Amino acid sequence: MTTDIGLWGVPLAILGGAIRVSTPFIFVSVGEALTERSGRVNLGLEGTLVFGAMSGYAVAYQTNSAWIGLLAAAFFGMLFGLFHGYICKLPKVNDIALGIALMIFGSGLAFFFGKPYIQPVAPHLPAISLGWWSDVPQVQAALRVNVLFIAGIALAIAASWMLKNTKVGLTIRVAGDSADAARALGIDVNRVRLWSTAAGGALAGIGGAYLSLYYPGSWNEGISSGQGLMAVALVIFARWSPINCAYASLLFGGAGALGPALQSVGVTQGYYLFYAAPYVLTLGLLIATSSTTRAMTAAPGELSITK
Amino acid sequence: MNHVLERTPHVPTRALSLETLGMTMRFGNFTALRDVSIKVPAGSFHVLLGENGAGKSTLVKCIMGFYQPTAGQLTVDGREVEVAHPRAAHDLGLGMVYQHFTLVPSLTAAENLVISRADVPAKINWAHEREALAAFMSKMPFQVPLDVPVGRLAAGEKQKLELLKQLYLGRKFLILDEPTSVLTPTEADELLGMVRGLTSAGDLTCLMISHKFREVTAFADEVSVLRRGEYAGGGKVSDLSTADMAAMMIGEKELVRSAKRVATSGNVILEVKGAKAPDRSGFKTIEIGDLKVKAGEIVGIAGISGNGQMELMQMLAGQRPLEEGEIRVKNTPYKATRSEARKFNVRYLPEEPLKNACAPKMTVAENIFFRDFDAKGGKNQFWLDGRRMMAEAARLVGEYKVKTASLASQIASLSGGNVQRAVLARELTGEVDLLVIANPCFGLDFSAVAEIRARIMAARNAGTAVLLISEDLDEILELSDRILVMSEGHIAYETPAASAEIGEIGKYMAGHH
Ligand SMILES: Nc1ncnc2c1ncn2[C@@H]1O[C@H](COP(=O)(O)OP(=O)(O)OP(=O)(O)O)[C@@H](O)[C@H]1O
Ligand SMILES: [Mg+2]
Repeated sequence: MTTDIGLWGVPLAILGGAIRVSTPFIFVSVGEALTERSGRVNLGLEGTLVFGAMSGYAVAYQTNSAWIGLLAAAFFGMLFGLFHGYICKLPKVNDIALGIALMIFGSGLAFFFGKPYIQPVAPHLPAISLGWWSDVPQVQAALRVNVLFIAGIALAIAASWMLKNTKVGLTIRVAGDSADAARALGIDVNRVRLWSTAAGGALAGIGGAYLSLYYPGSWNEGISSGQGLMAVALVIFARWSPINCAYASLLFGGAGALGPALQSVGVTQGYYLFYAAPYVLTLGLLIATSSTTRAMTAAPGELSITK
Repeated sequence: MNHVLERTPHVPTRALSLETLGMTMRFGNFTALRDVSIKVPAGSFHVLLGENGAGKSTLVKCIMGFYQPTAGQLTVDGREVEVAHPRAAHDLGLGMVYQHFTLVPSLTAAENLVISRADVPAKINWAHEREALAAFMSKMPFQVPLDVPVGRLAAGEKQKLELLKQLYLGRKFLILDEPTSVLTPTEADELLGMVRGLTSAGDLTCLMISHKFREVTAFADEVSVLRRGEYAGGGKVSDLSTADMAAMMIGEKELVRSAKRVATSGNVILEVKGAKAPDRSGFKTIEIGDLKVKAGEIVGIAGISGNGQMELMQMLAGQRPLEEGEIRVKNTPYKATRSEARKFNVRYLPEEPLKNACAPKMTVAENIFFRDFDAKGGKNQFWLDGRRMMAEAARLVGEYKVKTASLASQIASLSGGNVQRAVLARELTGEVDLLVIANPCFGLDFSAVAEIRARIMAARNAGTAVLLISEDLDEILELSDRILVMSEGHIAYETPAASAEIGEIGKYMAGHH
């Protein structure tokens, strides 16, 4: 049963898309923001995300519990993060190169172990219907919000608060901004970065589990369309602030829904172009907000990309 | 400072004494420090003197646990201690203000102070911390804005904050590594006067590294002198003359005499007309109406740091695009590209050369070769000529007396003064028609200062046009033919050096006129 709501479908679809598509971006980008605030870049999150999707799905199927699947995804994500953090500690290791290696390694490993789980059906993560007040099915569909979305928003707020108001948060920022200063304060820079990367990995794992356990909600080798990589770019766009990461993810998710939404209301010409909307939008905003003469003040000083 | 002591009860409440015994430090097969023993009694103000690369920073870093000495012992308050880690030094009540800043640029002053404490609570109650900070600040002789990211503070403010941080942490033995090199003389006197007050009251012991005899005679009780990594002498300041200390520092060496100023007259080489550019914050404008430098002339730009000198340097070096106006060299518009700089023989020595004129992790030889690696005798070169690079670097390292473990060491491992010399060697080699320099003698010992000033004067006498931007008024007065004062982004005053009055210049520097 569908009610024809005409062009209203477009903003509704964008809203729904923003909520549905943004969740993995929120988790991965907030995680990466923490890692980068500590002074490392983990490009391997794409691989972590795919492995999280696979392991989450597999464990959920085996135990028949989506929640245990989610925990497993976070756990494996953390292992990937710890691996990255540990290897980066060794002399002459470049975090970016290692990240690229891990990206391919994670995906490959997930495909290898994930083969038997393409067919079976695992339980899904629950969603909350916030659209009960309306009897328009499109509204209800758009407002079916997964618990992870709410958790993600809360996480972004909590992470921003933590960076300002806790010892851990300040320590992460010190390690990320000046290793010399950190050493003078007696902070073990490598340990801070190790655990920041581990936390980033765990969150990326959760982001992956969302893909396979909720939307699109199955495991296959094409599950990620580069969300892990894009989320890393979103962190720069969000100027390393977790709250901004959430906004950027929403914007990106909403723009991503533009193409399908236009298609559904019958725009047939050039809607492919709208599939590029999120990328064009991010690129445009990135260019508009940067400057060649002013320093990028928010960039952590220790990042190998800004150094 | 009572509340500080209450919070950290294990920190000693009185000034500490300290002694090193036979400290030796080797980096590879290079010995930076050999068998150094010094004694600093509680409540004294002790100065460590020595030429660039003498090992002063190395010695204090060994004390602070930054380096593990190859041999030697450390005694604090008569007890032998093992300092494995800077944190262990902090627990003993030792604190240090490093030669380079160790504040975290993106954190505010308040955040920097709080995170530096050993007992930061897991959750920081900012209302409470702010109150405690305000109470602490009200007892200090100078203030620093607490809510601005430290990266945006001027050098002088950062240095004050570094000192405030140590006092906030309740340190009882304080090491200062060239604390005044970034301060104006008045600021320096204020800062050291305050430290002196604390040492006289017996609340603090201070070990300071300095190159300025004026500060030694005005504030210190005792000195120790290092020469090439070894203890060369010391004693009470009241028993020693400046000449005695200088002799201990440089040994038998002859001091370079500054070349005489010869009369020259030349064409205009550099001309800046109506140039406008935004400053680093983007909110203010730097405006240089009319600035000319002739061949064989040194034009000195005086001014307190943060008044647009850094931006002027960047405009001349092509790092800061102009909004209006133009820069001309030899009557041709100049955009500071590599080929233009080469064609017109323009050379630069920016301030903080390690950051602004070097690739810190590349070797000394490579850094010295940056001007020449892609050209030889006016022709472009495709392959890097390693043999020529090594020969050239060896020659210049010898000529400019750069102290380095080897030509293949990272330039970042050189002492501050030696980085300066290496860059100067690169920039002054070959034909130079225009030389733009900022603070060339920052952190150099007096013999190096004499030598570098002599080289600048020699370049001038040979017909180079020199634009000298410096915060050191004595340097400006000694070297310049013409003096300009920069204040709030523009040139506020101009006078020939011969008839310059310090009082007048000072007034324009301070912005009152
Ligand atoms: N980490 C290091 N590795 C190798 N050599 C080093 C290292 N640190 C210092 N050195 C060398 O040890 C010598 C002493 O350096 P140090 O920084 O102690 O000099 P300094 O007396 O503080 O000089 P300045 O007045 O220029 O600061 C220098 O020749 C320097 O090149
Ligand atoms: Mg030094």
